[in-house]
Amino acid sequence: MPQPNLQTGQQVVLQHDGVFQLLKVLRERGYRVIGPTLGRGAIVYDELNSGAELPAGWTDTQDGGTYRLQKRGDKALFGYTVGPHSWKKILHPATRRFWRAKRNGDGIELLDEEREPAKLAFVGVRACDRQAIAVQDKIFLEGTYVDPAYKSQRENVFIVAVNCGQAGGTCFCASMGTGPKATFGFDLALTEILENGAHYFVVEVGTARGAEILDGVPCKEASSEQLAAAKRVVAKTAAHMGRRMDTTDIKALLYRNYEHPRWDNVAARCLNCANCTMVCPTCFCTTVEDVTDLTGDSTERWRKWDSCFTMDFSYIVGGSVRASALARYRQWMTHKLATWIDQFGTSGCVGCGRCITWCPVAIDITEEVRAIRESEPAKKGTA
Amino acid sequence: MIHTLEPIIREHPFFKDLAEPHLKLVVGCAKNVRFDEGQMLFREGEPADEFYMIRTGQVTIEVHVPGRGPAIWETVGEGDVLGWSWLFPPYRWHFDARAQQPTRALAFDGKCLRGKCDQDHDLGYELMKLCAAVMVQRLQAARLQLLDLYGVKK
Amino acid sequence: MQPRSYRIQRVRQETHDTFTLELEPVDGVDGFEFAPGQFNMLYVFGVGEVPISISGDPTTPKTLTHTTRVVGTVTRAMRQLKRGDLLGIRGPFGKPWPVEQARGRDVVVVPGGIGLAPLRPVLYALMAQRKQFRRVVLLYGARTPQDVLFPKELEQWRSRSDFDVHLTVDRATGAWRDNVGLVTNLIPRASFDPANAVAMVCGPEVMMRYVVIELEKRGLTDDRIYVSMERNMKCGLGFCGHCLFGPTFICKDGPVFRFDRIRHFFSKREV
Repeated sequence: MPQPNLQTGQQVVLQHDGVFQLLKVLRERGYRVIGPTLGRGAIVYDELNSGAELPAGWTDTQDGGTYRLQKRGDKALFGYTVGPHSWKKILHPATRRFWRAKRNGDGIELLDEEREPAKLAFVGVRACDRQAIAVQDKIFLEGTYVDPAYKSQRENVFIVAVNCGQAGGTCFCASMGTGPKATFGFDLALTEILENGAHYFVVEVGTARGAEILDGVPCKEASSEQLAAAKRVVAKTAAHMGRRMDTTDIKALLYRNYEHPRWDNVAARCLNCANCTMVCPTCFCTTVEDVTDLTGDSTERWRKWDSCFTMDFSYIVGGSVRASALARYRQWMTHKLATWIDQFGTSGCVGCGRCITWCPVAIDITEEVRAIRESEPAKKGTA
Repeated sequence: MIHTLEPIIREHPFFKDLAEPHLKLVVGCAKNVRFDEGQMLFREGEPADEFYMIRTGQVTIEVHVPGRGPAIWETVGEGDVLGWSWLFPPYRWHFDARAQQPTRALAFDGKCLRGKCDQDHDLGYELMKLCAAVMVQRLQAARLQLLDLYGVKK
Repeated sequence: MQPRSYRIQRVRQETHDTFTLELEPVDGVDGFEFAPGQFNMLYVFGVGEVPISISGDPTTPKTLTHTTRVVGTVTRAMRQLKRGDLLGIRGPFGKPWPVEQARGRDVVVVPGGIGLAPLRPVLYALMAQRKQFRRVVLLYGARTPQDVLFPKELEQWRSRSDFDVHLTVDRATGAWRDNVGLVTNLIPRASFDPANAVAMVCGPEVMMRYVVIELEKRGLTDDRIYVSMERNMKCGLGFCGHCLFGPTFICKDGPVFRFDRIRHFFSKREV
């Protein structure tokens, strides 16, 4: 069957097994495919050797402090939302060696660290996570300094986005303006449709590179009914968000409420366990560690994920600047929702809901904002 | 002599907001004094019947610690007002003051002003406010000194 | 970013816990260009890296000078280094003191304790082009006479007729003949015109807070007062997030800040 000559912006339809074929083509073209798969009681992002490793027929139920996997009645390949992993585990890895050095005689010799970045395909990038990648791009590519390792890996990533077919219990991408539809920055974007016994994907071609890969997979031009079905899926997801964040004037709201009593309330619950910072797809803080061998002649400098919830994080001579649990929770939330805007021009939050799901005490960032907004001390002079 | 002191007193930030009749009273109680280097202005425990406005030089506010000698709390210099003990019972000095350099000052007859304050409560209120301001400033500075800000916490 | 190797030319003990290192690049190519107020990340091989302000003369870039206190593992290891040993340098980082903006104005420099180290480059820059500035006033507060930094240079500066130098200590010992009391006490009497002055303040945050209050009482406005902030730093590049202070990264947006720009967060506790 003659293939349509694919163009950027075009929308085509893949049958259910077309996704497996797509993954095969990616691997044949030298990409290592990273995508969702079952692992340790959750759906995580890991290397996929075939489409069979996708968690077909699985879904997740998420709420404050809760994540459960369940079987679905159908064989949807992407019938869940986001798990504890985000794409930062690859683009901004938890540990990275900066350099190695050794003493030779009286000098110090830095050993070469140049590494070829892996050619990767991210399959199943949700809209919230695509925005999170864009947020981290601003930090590592558009600031005063550029992170060369981030840049070189980032330039070698093929993105297959997925528009969510259902909203999770802690999702709020709609009110953050980041989803549920992926609108930028993908090579291909899939919307999975299971309707009246049919199971297919509407695929939007995002780039010439995406078109080229898709050329190797049997597909047809999408009909107007199929396009309408895709729109319905997205609209249904947007209407069923588990949470909502009112972002009206949020920066000013938080800037003027650093002493609001609500912080005491949340501080009494927060364990400072740092889970939220680990699962948040935009949290980027790291620490630097220098390690030597026993002789002291070789040393390595490593970068590791860190969290503003630790006492060490803000330590200067004399003590930690943010010694109280209150100050540390407040730092995280005000950075994510307010000061981030002044630093990078966007919110740090993409509405993925992971911090709510993975908080052991179910602290809900949307509820905290609501509580502050609704109980702001009355301004002087109002009637 | 009193006429030449008036402009100095009138322009000093400490006194400039005093009403005219009160200012004249204060000027009437003022005289020029000088101290040689090392000379004591007053000693702890002595009757506090004067207060000073330093014109030139430097004076230490210190306390004598047996076995350690004088421990200097603070130094005051040109333009500073020294002394509030004259306005509060038991009207005795709470510390020593020593001229660390040759010092010229205006001395105000506190005993006389005390009497006038008892008769004219408005004057008393004004002078009380001025002295309280000096005490607040000294207290604030002392508290900050106590924090030992430049030391390293162990 | 990888550290460049510098060789220690001289180690000088300044006070009981403060020392100075004078460094030259190993490759010997050029000197170290920097602006007063900037800092480097200093690396002790195999031990770690710390941010330290540059305390030397920006007009003589051949020698790189750093003055620091021994306060932790890295600075303790640094103190053990000798002439000829190597140190890794990354930098310079940060926004500098507003020496340019101070041209034609009175300059009031207020260091507290070790705060004189990051301000010394300003004093060198002012002295090198003295006629570009009106009055230059130094109000320096230290803990005790033994903690006064750079006493010989202070005497040299004090002997100049075009430089108004005032010292004070929190606690006097022995034969101290100068002022006693917090550095804030020196501000009401300092000779400068508040309508046309720039102030540069560096020291513990509490000290800076009260110094700013006194400067404002004299009539200096927020937009002509500059402070130097300090927070934990790991990278110096705006990536690790440790130096966040409200909406600013102290490594990139500071450490020197115009006070009106950080006033809102400066007054908040534990930020």
